[in-house]
Amino acid sequence: MYRILKKKVLNPTVTLMEVEAPLIAAKAQPGQFIILRADKDGERIPLTISGCDKERGSVRIIFQLVGATTKQLGMLNEGDMIPDFVGPLGNPTPIDGLKKVCVVGGGVGCAIALPVAEKLHENGCEVHTIAGFRNKDLVILEDEFKACSDKYILMTDDGSAGEKGVVTMPLEKLIGSGENYDMVIAIGPLIMMKFVVKTTKPHGVPTTVSMNPIMIDGTGMCGGCRLTVGGKTRFACVDGPDFDGFEVDFDEAMKRGAMYRDFERHAYEKSCHLLNKEVE
Amino acid sequence: MPNMTPKKAAMPTQPPEERRHNFREVALGYSAETAMEEATRCLNCRHKPCVSGCPVHIEIPRFIEQVKDGDFGKAYEIISRTSSLPAVCGRVCPQENQCEARCVRGKNGEPVGIGRLERFVADWHNAQEEVKPEKPVSNGHKVAVIGSGPSGLTCAGDLAKMGYEVTVFEALHLAGGVLVYGIPEFRLPKSIVQKEVETIQALGVKIETNMVIGRVLSIDELMDEQGFEAVFIGSGAGLPRFMNIKGENLCGVYSANEFLTRTNLMKAYREESATPIMHAKRVAVVGGGNVAMDAARSALRLGASEVTVVYRRSEEELPARAEEVSHAKQEGVVFRMLSNPVEILGDENEFVTGMKIQQMELGEPDASGRRRPVPVEGSEYVIDVDAVIMAIGTSPNPLLKFTTKGLETKSWGGIVADESGQTSREGVFAGGDAVTGAATVILAMGEGKTAAAAIDEYIKNKSK
Ligand SMILES: Cc1cc2nc3c(=O)[nH]c(=O)nc-3n(C[C@H](O)[C@H](O)[C@H](O)COP(=O)(O)OP(=O)(O)OC[C@H]3O[C@@H](n4cnc5c(N)ncnc54)[C@H](O)[C@@H]3O)c2cc1C
Ligand SMILES: Cc1cc2nc3c(=O)[nH]c(=O)nc-3n(C[C@H](O)[C@H](O)[C@H](O)COP(=O)(O)OP(=O)(O)OC[C@H]3O[C@@H](n4cnc5c(N)ncnc54)[C@H](O)[C@@H]3O)c2cc1C
Ligand code: SF4
Ligand code: SF4
Ligand code: FES
Repeated sequence: MYRILKKKVLNPTVTLMEVEAPLIAAKAQPGQFIILRADKDGERIPLTISGCDKERGSVRIIFQLVGATTKQLGMLNEGDMIPDFVGPLGNPTPIDGLKKVCVVGGGVGCAIALPVAEKLHENGCEVHTIAGFRNKDLVILEDEFKACSDKYILMTDDGSAGEKGVVTMPLEKLIGSGENYDMVIAIGPLIMMKFVVKTTKPHGVPTTVSMNPIMIDGTGMCGGCRLTVGGKTRFACVDGPDFDGFEVDFDEAMKRGAMYRDFERHAYEKSCHLLNKEVE
Repeated sequence: MPNMTPKKAAMPTQPPEERRHNFREVALGYSAETAMEEATRCLNCRHKPCVSGCPVHIEIPRFIEQVKDGDFGKAYEIISRTSSLPAVCGRVCPQENQCEARCVRGKNGEPVGIGRLERFVADWHNAQEEVKPEKPVSNGHKVAVIGSGPSGLTCAGDLAKMGYEVTVFEALHLAGGVLVYGIPEFRLPKSIVQKEVETIQALGVKIETNMVIGRVLSIDELMDEQGFEAVFIGSGAGLPRFMNIKGENLCGVYSANEFLTRTNLMKAYREESATPIMHAKRVAVVGGGNVAMDAARSALRLGASEVTVVYRRSEEELPARAEEVSHAKQEGVVFRMLSNPVEILGDENEFVTGMKIQQMELGEPDASGRRRPVPVEGSEYVIDVDAVIMAIGTSPNPLLKFTTKGLETKSWGGIVADESGQTSREGVFAGGDAVTGAATVILAMGEGKTAAAAIDEYIKNKSK
């Protein structure tokens, strides 16, 4: 059992929790994730480790309330127990040796991007962050990003905070103006990452993307998380979750997603509750 | 005078029409009368050929003699001297290739129902008044076991009985390995596995779930920092293989592991389960082993109207247990033999609609001695399906290899270990599917036992 030490509602759909898990806190590196069950008969869902406090032995998760499990988790309070919490899973985001990086986060993807930006900053890397949200109410982690970024650009779809538009607009501008990034790291909805790659590829700026297909075990046992990367089948939980954005078959990953959404729309829930909605 | 009926006493089962719609156990087990009756078919052969067919050498005629006399407690005692999971093995052992294959009664009729009798004895025992085994006195030595499948549980149980302080580290949230995530409820009720796990806990074994060794802690840390003097790796062969054919990543294509894990471990077949599963109508299962049979029969129970097993060799070569094949057939599973999938077809939404199959014929024998299936030119045809389950095998997960210094593996991923289980790394032993590749419960159990003895010897020699 894993105790919830802290809970903070960041916005109406996004919640932060710090969970007591000393072994994970001691090991976790940016880019890795945990799998939890919110109750003892629950589903296993993956959430990225958004930070950890080695002294307190706690792991921070930030999650969007999108469905049954995340809602159930959101109902737990400080002092409550999470029955299962396993990690750190997956590979750390490869950031060694990078000198100048643009981190692009979309929506709750920013929660995943934050520890990567922080670690880069700590390593002495120049960090530019572009964070995109649908509107002002959904903006999260602004202060945290500002603290670790040499440049922070906030974008909203409707212009209610920061600049109006999508994250690829400032990205194109920055690259065009001669910012020589060693790497662009994009974390967010599939469609966003796809367009980030479309922006960076013509300029030949290496781009890492963080994939989040549906997972069960997270140990390489089920193959449910498979993707096509560079023409080969890879398991996101053990080979990823980060991949070379130029190699990922986003269309396949998205079609799989869109198909599930279709199921949902046609009220197929009874026969197929494999609903897929991107994390946004 | 022995009972010379040529056939085994029939096993009562749920009628096929009923059971194909539920997840309750198919085979219901012998009554005491039937068991005693079946026991009289044993000739108590002096040279005991059956015993040499059992990988852990259960004293078969001796336990059957006790069953005949109605002393089931004594029978259990005899079995449990060499086997730690009789209620499991009595249900899932491929008896027709093992103990029963050597039974002299099999020469002229059916062999003695050894597996069924073993199951009966174990179930009888489990139904008796709970006598928790006493916790042995600790000898102060700590051993870590990685994985809680049959090999790990057996190794842990044996070491605990010798006084070792054993901790089992399991990656999933529940102990049991394939017994809980793979083999379905209708073939092996999870309450039986639970009981085995509790028995081992009563011996003082600690089970720590949610511990992926290689991530949370490494083997080096277990040994250097946590004070474990030896480690047993029983991490199984859980990495699913795919065929690498076109369409394999379409929606509706599952590995058998995913399909079975969702169904068994996550209980997706229950209405109230939080874990989703596709309830497809027409399902193709590729492969011919126990895993394929379990996937096919689970798909039926989840509401499929048509389930087809597609296998590239001929029926005689089906690796699944004979009983599972016949149960599957009774339940209405269709078998397409000498058939090899070459492509999975999808609609504009990339959802599975069909599978293109190539007809095969038997050619020259291959390395395994079986006649190799070769494609028949121009024989492709399409069957309509809305889900495909790939059950073409698994291999050991490379995580431990990558994270453990000096642990050698074979090219296909199996951990290198000698017959005692000793690996290339001092103090580290391994057994079960992690070493052999996907095999059987009884072999995994046997290797766990052998390794427990080797670990005991290793630690004793070391502390001398
Ligand atoms: C490696 C990884 C890291 C992630 N990190 C975060 C994070 O830090 N914060 C965050 O808010 N979300 C994260 N997600 C997504 C998160 O796992 C899903 O939002 C969550 O599983 C939804 O579960 P639910 O029961 O609440 O919703 P459901 O109603 O079950 O599903 C809503 C949507 O969530 C996705 N989903 C459902 N089950 C799973 C599953 N078992 N695995 C993956 N996706 C699933 C599907 O796309 C689905 O359409 C991550 C996903 C992955 C794979
Ligand atoms: C669907 C199916 C049906 C089968 N039917 C039969 C049958 O009828 N008869 C028969 O004899 N055999 C059958 N088998 C085969 C049999 O189940 C296996 O041979 C046997 O379970 C192997 O035991 P094991 O202890 O080696 O590993 P497993 O049972 O595979 O257990 C390994 C355990 O280790 C855990 N693990 C893996 N890596 C780590 C890690 N890094 N850290 C911590 N834990 C880890 C896994 O989560 C798992 O729980 C079947 C297998 C399947 C999949
Ligand atoms: S353990 Fe398996 S092989 Fe041995 S006697 Fe029992 S059923 Fe036969
Ligand atoms: S071979 Fe058959 S008949 Fe002979 S002792 Fe064994 S079980 Fe009995
Ligand atoms: S989640 Fe099962 S293999 Fe990746």
